[in-house]
Amino acid sequence: MSADSSTTNETTNPAVDGSELIRFDHVTKRFGTNTVLDSLDFSVKSGKHVTLIGPSGSGKTTILRLLMTLLKPDEGTIKVGGEYLTHESKGGKLVPAGEKHTREVRKNIGMVFQQFNLFPNMKVLRNVTEAPVHVLGMPKEAAEERAHELLDLVGLTEHVDKYPTQLSGGQQQRVAIARALAMRPQVLLLDEVTSALDPELVAGVLDVLRDIAHTTDITMLCVTHEMNFARDISDDVLMFDSGRVIESGPPEKIFTEPEHERTREFLSAVL
Amino acid sequence: MNWNWNAVGDFMPMFLHGLLVTLEALALGSLIAFVLGLVWAMAQRSEHAVVRWPVVGVTEFIRNTPLLVQLFFLYYVLPEWGITLSALTTGVIGLGLHYSTYTAEVYRAGIDGVPVGQWEAATALSLPRMRTWGAVILPQAIRRVVPALGNYVVAMLKDTPMIFVIGVLEMLGEARQFSSQTFQTIEPYTVVGLAFIVIAYPASLLLRVLERRLVR
Repeated sequence: MSADSSTTNETTNPAVDGSELIRFDHVTKRFGTNTVLDSLDFSVKSGKHVTLIGPSGSGKTTILRLLMTLLKPDEGTIKVGGEYLTHESKGGKLVPAGEKHTREVRKNIGMVFQQFNLFPNMKVLRNVTEAPVHVLGMPKEAAEERAHELLDLVGLTEHVDKYPTQLSGGQQQRVAIARALAMRPQVLLLDEVTSALDPELVAGVLDVLRDIAHTTDITMLCVTHEMNFARDISDDVLMFDSGRVIESGPPEKIFTEPEHERTREFLSAVL
Repeated sequence: MNWNWNAVGDFMPMFLHGLLVTLEALALGSLIAFVLGLVWAMAQRSEHAVVRWPVVGVTEFIRNTPLLVQLFFLYYVLPEWGITLSALTTGVIGLGLHYSTYTAEVYRAGIDGVPVGQWEAATALSLPRMRTWGAVILPQAIRRVVPALGNYVVAMLKDTPMIFVIGVLEMLGEARQFSSQTFQTIEPYTVVGLAFIVIAYPASLLLRVLERRLVR
């Protein structure tokens, strides 16, 4: 299951110059009276692999869902590739973005979900080609060729003609990874992608993601409880608590000599 | 009151004509109910309140008033507004419209039953709204509700005699006409009653099979 770099390197984002790709400015998100993100600022540079860790309820998944526009921020702005995601400027003023603008900016982002969320009414191949054909306007043949390459990359060549329910959880999740990559996103969001898997299937999925992390320059934002995986692929680890980043740094530092007491507590609980 | 096989034979030509009209009204009425119900169900999920509320109002109104009243209204009141339709057309529209408000609820339940993750995946892939409906949500929703839709077709079958009141000679109408001409009552009404069972019961069995196949 080795990555074929000739195919994956096409998933290039134009600027792997370490420029800022994602920026949260004073982002606040509340659910009722519960403030999940509290005026959060953070940014991710292009090509970086960033892992968000922290206790559950600390707002990690909310960040991914805001980026995917599955949620709207109550306050603050989010920029992706220099463009506002949920706002657009009209006549010098910042107004809530229209559907079209959001759609354009969002095309640069792909997401893999905890529960896979494959389309059960479509075969594996069409799960992967659906969006390239109907969103990017790729010809069907080209999309299928690309889908075959990606399914090969995730080790599912022989399953292209099956329905998702005929596959194991780990296989389904690898299809979901291929589906997300088929859109050639600049950013890949990984939301606890192994949490719903039986333990023996976790390694296969993480191997695929390691391959992608090491052979492409796609930017990754990853929420995970797999600390070894986080250590392997991350350039940066952000430790969240109560909707704030309380500590950040390279994995060697966070995992071996965390500065913050909460980080130490959290790591000793999960490691 | 003796059973007369000759009367059964005499009734057959009229019966077969009535059967054809019944099936025609059922087929066209179902088609309208299936299509219009889907339109109602999707409109009720519109993000625009100006679309949502009128549709909710109209469907609630139609669902909660009797079909018989609606048939009379369509047949006798519409012509006063310059819309004149044949009795059969009126009957088909009446049945279809009435049942569309039931199928709308069926579709709604089917759509609600599609996991929210499917919408999220469609959003994550930036699928256009129509594509999300057409390729992702509806195929999953409709598959689940085919048996429930079928039940309403059977129910509609049993409501088709209502269009007799606006003068459509479906099975019951033909039986009524036959009996008033020949003074034979037991044979034509029995034949019609049996015809309903012969159609409806196997249809119900078929739906049960479908239910086992499609709803998982």
